[in-house]
Amino acid sequence: MSRIQGRFEALAKAKRKALIPYITAGDPTPSMSVPLLHALVDAGADILELGVPFSDPMADGPVVQRSGERALKHGVGLSDVLGMVGEFRRRDNATPIVLMGYANPIEAIGTARFLPQAKAAGIDGVIVVDYPPEECVEFAQAAKQHDIDPIFLLAPTSTEKRIHEVARCGSGYLYYVSLRGVTGAGHLDLSEVSKRIPQIRAATKLPIGVGFGIRDAESARRVAETADAVVIGSRLIQEIEAAPAEALTRVKSFLRPIRQALDASFSK
Amino acid sequence: MRMYDLPDERGHFGPYGGIFVAETLSQALDELREAYAAARSDAQFEAEFRYELKHYVGRPSPIYHARRLSEQCGGAQIYIKREDLNHTGAHKINNTIGQALLARRMKKQRVIAETGAGMHGVATATVAARYAMECVVYMGVEDVRRQAANVHRMGVLGAKVVPVESGSKTLKDALNEAMRDWVTNVESTFYIIGTVAGPHPYPMMVRDFQSVIGEESIQQMQEMAGRQPDAVIACVGGGSNAMGIFHPYIAAKEVRLVGVEAAGEGLETGKHAASLCAGRPGVLHGNRTYLLQDANGQITETHSVSAGLDYPGVGPEHAWLKDNGRAEYVAVTDDEALAAFHALCRSEGIIPALESAHAVAQAMKMAPKLPKSAILLVNLSGRGDKDLHTVAERAGKKL
Ligand SMILES: Cc1ncc(COP(=O)(O)O)c(C=O)c1O
Repeated sequence: MSRIQGRFEALAKAKRKALIPYITAGDPTPSMSVPLLHALVDAGADILELGVPFSDPMADGPVVQRSGERALKHGVGLSDVLGMVGEFRRRDNATPIVLMGYANPIEAIGTARFLPQAKAAGIDGVIVVDYPPEECVEFAQAAKQHDIDPIFLLAPTSTEKRIHEVARCGSGYLYYVSLRGVTGAGHLDLSEVSKRIPQIRAATKLPIGVGFGIRDAESARRVAETADAVVIGSRLIQEIEAAPAEALTRVKSFLRPIRQALDASFSK
Repeated sequence: MRMYDLPDERGHFGPYGGIFVAETLSQALDELREAYAAARSDAQFEAEFRYELKHYVGRPSPIYHARRLSEQCGGAQIYIKREDLNHTGAHKINNTIGQALLARRMKKQRVIAETGAGMHGVATATVAARYAMECVVYMGVEDVRRQAANVHRMGVLGAKVVPVESGSKTLKDALNEAMRDWVTNVESTFYIIGTVAGPHPYPMMVRDFQSVIGEESIQQMQEMAGRQPDAVIACVGGGSNAMGIFHPYIAAKEVRLVGVEAAGEGLETGKHAASLCAGRPGVLHGNRTYLLQDANGQITETHSVSAGLDYPGVGPEHAWLKDNGRAEYVAVTDDEALAAFHALCRSEGIIPALESAHAVAQAMKMAPKLPKSAILLVNLSGRGDKDLHTVAERAGKKL
C-alpha cells in the first residue's frame, strides 16, 4: 500500500478529513523549505504538496508565479527539490509528499531516470500539471511501477468522459481544482463543488481533494463536507510572502485553526 | 509515411506537438478543435476567408525576381515572395483573418493575442477593428519599451495593450499570460495565437491559414520561371511564415526547404534564439518541440536583433521536418542579417523586416555556390519600417 493510500485509509477510519498544504520548493529560500515542511506537519498537515519551480507556469496565478520566481532566483531545480525531500525524510518518514509541477523539468532529467530518483528521495505522488491523461499513459504506468501515485486534476469544465479517463489513469487521490482560470483566482464556488464531487465519486473510489480556492477555516470546512481532502496553496504562500523571515510561525498560525475547524466538524 | 496526413487526431507530428495543457484548458481546446474542424470543411467559411485575403489583405502577394541582388551574389537567381506588401506589412494578417472569422463563427466577442515585436498584435488589433471585436494584446514590458511605435499602432486601432511583468517579461511570458486570460474568460474569448506553436489545433490551424503563401508561390513560380525553385528559404521564429510557404512544397521532394533561425551574437555565445539548431526537445506552451532550456529544464532567455525571432521554442511541425530531414535548419547572426537588410535595401529598393533579412542572408550565402540557372525563393515575411530604429541604433545613430 502506498503512503498516500495508507494515510487516507487511516483518516477515513477516524472519519477525519485530510489537510494538504501546497508550497513551492525554494520559496522564500532553499534553506527554509525543509523547516517549512516540518512546520506544516506540526500544524496538522496530513499530506504535503511541494511545487517544483518552473520558468513558465502557464496554469498558475500571480501568487504561485511569484513564489516560483523567488525560488528560481536561487536557482532551485528539480534535483534540488528531490534533495530537499530526502532531507525531510530523515526526520519524517510518515507524511506523504506529492510533487507538483510542469512536464519540462521532468523531461529534462528524463522520465526513466526521474522516477527511481524520486522514489529514492521519498516522494509518494506526482502531479504534472501539463500532462493530461492522453499524453502520459506510459508515464503514469511507469510511476505506478515505481510505487509513485500519478495524481490528476479535474476542473469545473471537465466532461464526464474526462472524469472517467482520469479515474482510470490516476491513483492516490484525484484533485478537483475548484475554479475556472488560474490558481488563486477569484472565489471558491461552493455550490459547484458540492454538485461536482458526487459526480466524480460515481466514477472513482479514489479519495477526492479540492483545492486552490480555499482561504480560511470556514471555506475549508464547507469544502470538506463533500471532499476527502482540502488543499490550500495561494493563501498559504501569501503568508510566506508577507514576511519571509517569520514564515515558519506564520504558516503554523495560519494552518492550525483550519486543522481545528476540520477536526471539530469531522472526526469520531 | 505521408506527411500530408499530419497532424494526427490529437495534434502529433511524430513525437512532437500534442496537447500538453492543464485540465482547466482542455475543454476550451476541445471546443476550438470542433469549431475549426467544422469550419475547415465548410465552403462558405473558405469563401469568406479567400474574399478577405483578396480584398482586405491585397492577395495574392507578388513574387519578384531580384535581378540586381542575384547579380551581386553572382550565382543563383533570387526570387522574393512579397508578404511585406500585405495590409499591415507582414504575413501575420493571413492568420489573424482566419482566426477572427472562426471567432465570429463561435460567437466570441473578445479576442486576445500575445505579441513580441508587435506585428502579430497589430494584425490582431486590425482584424478586431474590422470585425468589431474587443481586443486585448499581451506584451512583455521589455517589448513594450522596445517596440513603442507598434504599441501606439495597436492603441490607435482600439486594442488594449497589457504589459506583462512576469518571468523574463518577453514574448514567451506574454503567451503564458494570454493563456491565463483565456482559461479565465473562455466563454467570451477567443485566443488568436500568432504562430504555429501552442497546443493542438493551433499549429495545424495557423499552418492552414498561412499555407496560402506556398499555394500562391507554386502557381506564380510556374508562371514566372516555368518551374519550381531549387530551394525555398524562410526565417523561423515560431515558424508560421516558414510553415506557410513550406507546407504546400512538402510533397515536391526536389525542392529543398531551408528554415533560418536567429543565431544572434553567434550560436557559440549562447546569445541566440535558435531552438532547432541548438535546443533540445521538451514541453512548453502546450506542445512538445525543440526548446532552448538549461540543465534544469527551465526555459532560457533568447537573443536576436529581430524581436520577432526572439522565441525559445518553435512550431512542432518544424521539429518533425527537421528530424525526418525533409527540411533543413540553419542559423544566421545579427550581423549577417543586418548586412542582408542593407543589401536588399540598396540593390532592390525593398526594406525588409529584420526577421525576413535572416532569410535574405541565407539566400545570399547559398546563391554564389549555385549556377546562374538555379532558383532560390525567399519568403520576405514583412517590411522593415518597424526596424528602422534598431538599424539606426546599431549604426550608432539616433532617430
Ligand atoms: C515580419 C516577421 N517575420 C517573421 C516573424 C516570425 O514569426 P514566424 O516564425 O511565426 O513567421 C515575425 C514575428 O513577429 C515577423 O513580424
